[in-house]
Parts: sequence; structure tokens; C-alpha cells
Amino acid sequence: MPSRPEFLAPPEFFYNEQEARKYTTSSRIIDIQAKLTERALELLALPDDGVPRLLLDIGCGSGLSGESLSESGNQWIGLDISQSMLDIALEREVDGDLLLADMGQGLGLRPGVFDGAISISAVQWLCNADKASNEPRLRLKAFFVSLYRCLARGARAVLQLYHENEAQLELITTSAMRAGFAGGVVVDYPHSTRAKKTFLVLTCGPPSISTSIPKAKGEDGESCSDESSDEENQTVGFSDRHRPRKKQKIHKKGKGRDWVLKKKEQMRKKGYAVPRDTKYTGRKRKARF
Amino acid sequence: MRLLTHNMLSSNIKGVSNGFPLRLEVEKFIEKEVEFNADFLRNMFPKIEWKALVDAAKTLGYADLPEEADPSLLDSDDFLKKYHHALLELHVEEGVLICPETGRKFPVNKGVPNMLLHEDEGFWRL
Ligand SMILES: C[S@@+](CC[C@H](N)C(=O)[O-])C[C@H]1O[C@@H](n2cnc3c(N)ncnc32)[C@H](O)[C@@H]1O
Repeated sequence: MPSRPEFLAPPEFFYNEQEARKYTTSSRIIDIQAKLTERALELLALPDDGVPRLLLDIGCGSGLSGESLSESGNQWIGLDISQSMLDIALEREVDGDLLLADMGQGLGLRPGVFDGAISISAVQWLCNADKASNEPRLRLKAFFVSLYRCLARGARAVLQLYHENEAQLELITTSAMRAGFAGGVVVDYPHSTRAKKTFLVLTCGPPSISTSIPKAKGEDGESCSDESSDEENQTVGFSDRHRPRKKQKIHKKGKGRDWVLKKKEQMRKKGYAVPRDTKYTGRKRKARF
Repeated sequence: MRLLTHNMLSSNIKGVSNGFPLRLEVEKFIEKEVEFNADFLRNMFPKIEWKALVDAAKTLGYADLPEEADPSLLDSDDFLKKYHHALLELHVEEGVLICPETGRKFPVNKGVPNMLLHEDEGFWRL
């Protein structure tokens, strides 16, 4: 197993020009990040009214996660600590605005303005004491306190992360709860080493019906080898304290299939690897719990 | 950086009590056409600091926004068009954002504000 990138160098050095390009031209990575973002959007459970929302993408990198946010018809602002990753996002002409910023320093954003936040494969970086000045606890605190503040009351943050071990997840979760968040951890496909994915689903504000933890996928050991079909069957309760929520459907206007196909063609012309076009491309996505 | 983003950003240097709005000095800006969506504009309106938007737009030479705005204006197409233009279509490419309390400058390069703090500026190092 390759060693964790988090062990190799601080993120702003690990994601250098070469790594940023390698990352963003791998069609495997592109596919995975798109799927993770779509799942995060489901868990975000934005109101089903077709109104575009303002979202924050934390550790937005080269904009792979952001592209899925744009496809869902929402506006976004992304931040990342790596200039090289952001340079690629600029090349890719992502629709969101970009900030060069370190989430561990706290987010310099006004209170109550974001309708939701996502972070895909980034938050585990906060646990690294990769510089003498980095104290994970303080950085986690700065991050969660400032994240809580910039979200609208009742809004959610969905953070997909690759924690090193259970203690690390506990550290992260505790820090989020101390900052005032309610919510918990959703693990999709917990029995598969490869497909297992951990999402921290956080709600801002007093506990309410929406604070109940959504259901995980594939908890009964079902595989996700064919994720694009038969998805309904893989939803199994994470916590039996809550009755399953009614199935919700997202009827976002979205950008539509034509827009997606056009955008993908543009990217191909520029020499980027993009997922192949399938019948699922630009399809409406169901919200599942 | 669109003015939408400028309207959300604030300086979080340690000790600063009000880091908003960041003063804007612009060397270069561009206009990009963005799809108009009245729902988005209405949804954002209560969260926008109007005066900061008006002032930022003026810095870019766009003076068509009313000095004051209340929600009743959201029924006017003419108003929505101007608000849309100021919020989403004016992009600061090169310039600086200046912390209103400390004067610290955050450079904007290729449209990306550099909000990284120096080690002694972080609010979390208490
Ligand atoms: C695996 S990439 C994911 C990028 C993007 N979300 C995606 O789905 O493709 C992780 C990103 O987290 C960023 N990151 C790591 N630590 C960070 C920090 N302290 N502040 C902001 N971004 C950070 C890295 O620079 C990198 O771009």
C-alpha cells in the first residue's frame, strides 16, 4: 500500500505543479472525486426548490469537486492551500471563485452567509503536525469554529475524509462538536477496504429534525463495484435511533446534459482526461439516504 | 474574484474585531457574462452587505447600483440586472485587498486572493 500523502510533505508542498497535474489528469481520480462530490451533495440535502445556493468547497484543489457543484446548478467559492492546484483550477476555467487560504488558520469569511459547505478528501490534512508551528488541535478548532460561523443557521457541512485511524476521526469529530455542530459520521461501504468512504455530516445550529444522521450506503456488505446502477439497494441504516427519512428527490435545474457535454469536450480539447460520456452524464441525480 | 466573493471575505488576523469590508485596490479587472438567475439573486440578497457591494462596484467604475436597497426592489427586472452584473460579472484579476483595521495587504493574482496569514497573525494562536 502506498504511504499516505499526508506523511510525505505539507500539502502546499506535496501538491506541487507536477503532483497537481498528475492528480487532475488521472481519469480514475476524476471519476472518484466526482462520485464523492455527488454523494456529498446528497448528504447536504439542500432544499428541493431549484434555487441555486452559495456553497463553500474546502480544499477545492484543481476544481474536480467544484465541477460537480457547478453541474448541480449551484454557485461556489473554493479555497485551497496549494497554489499549484489552484493554477490548474484556473486553467480548467472552473465556475467558482478561488481563494488561496489555509483552513487551519480559520476561514476569513463573514458570518451566516453560506448555504452549505463540502470538503472532499482534504480535512485529514489538518491532523498533520508537519511544521513546528502546526498544532492539529488548534488548527482543527480554528477551522470548525470559523466554519460554523460562516454557515447559515440550519445549513450543513459534509466533509469526506481519509482519516489515518479511529483516534484521528474521534479528534476531528470532537472538535466539530465543540464548535457547536450537531451530526455524525456516515460510512458508505464499511466492509470494503477500497470502496469504504467516510463522511462527517454536520449541521449548524440547534438540533432539529434535520440533525438526524443520514443513512450510509452498503453497510450490509453489498459491494459498490457497479455504483452507477442498483444504488437503491445499498442504503442501509447507520443509526437505528432515527427512522429512515422519506426518499427525497433533487429537482435541480442543473446545467443540463448539453452543458456538461460541451464543457467536457472543451476540456478534452485542452488535453485533459475527463470521464467518458455515458447515459448518466448530466443526468438528474437522486438524493438518497 | 467576483464581487460576490469580495462581499463574503473578511480579514481574520488576530486582534482584528471587524475585518469587513476589505478595501479594494484594483489594477486589472475583467467582465464575464454569467447566466442570469433571479432566484439566486433573491436568495443571496439578505446576506449581501449592500454598501460594500456598491462601493466595490464603484471602484471598478460601475456606478449604476442604488446607494440603498430594500427587498421590494427584487421585483424590478432593471434592479435585478444591475445587481446581477455587479455581483457576478465583474471580476477583479489583479490588485490588493486591504484589512480595514491593520492595513495588511492581501494580494490578488490571476483573480485569486491570497488570504494566507503569516505565522504570527493567526487568531488561533492564543
Ligand atoms: C485530495 S485533494 C482534493 C481536491 C478536491 N477537493 C477534489 O475533490 O479533487 C486535497 C486538497 O486539500 C488541500 N489542502 C490540504 N490541506 C489544506 C489546508 N490546510 N487548507 C486548505 N486546503 C488544504 C490540498 O492542497 C489539496 O488540494
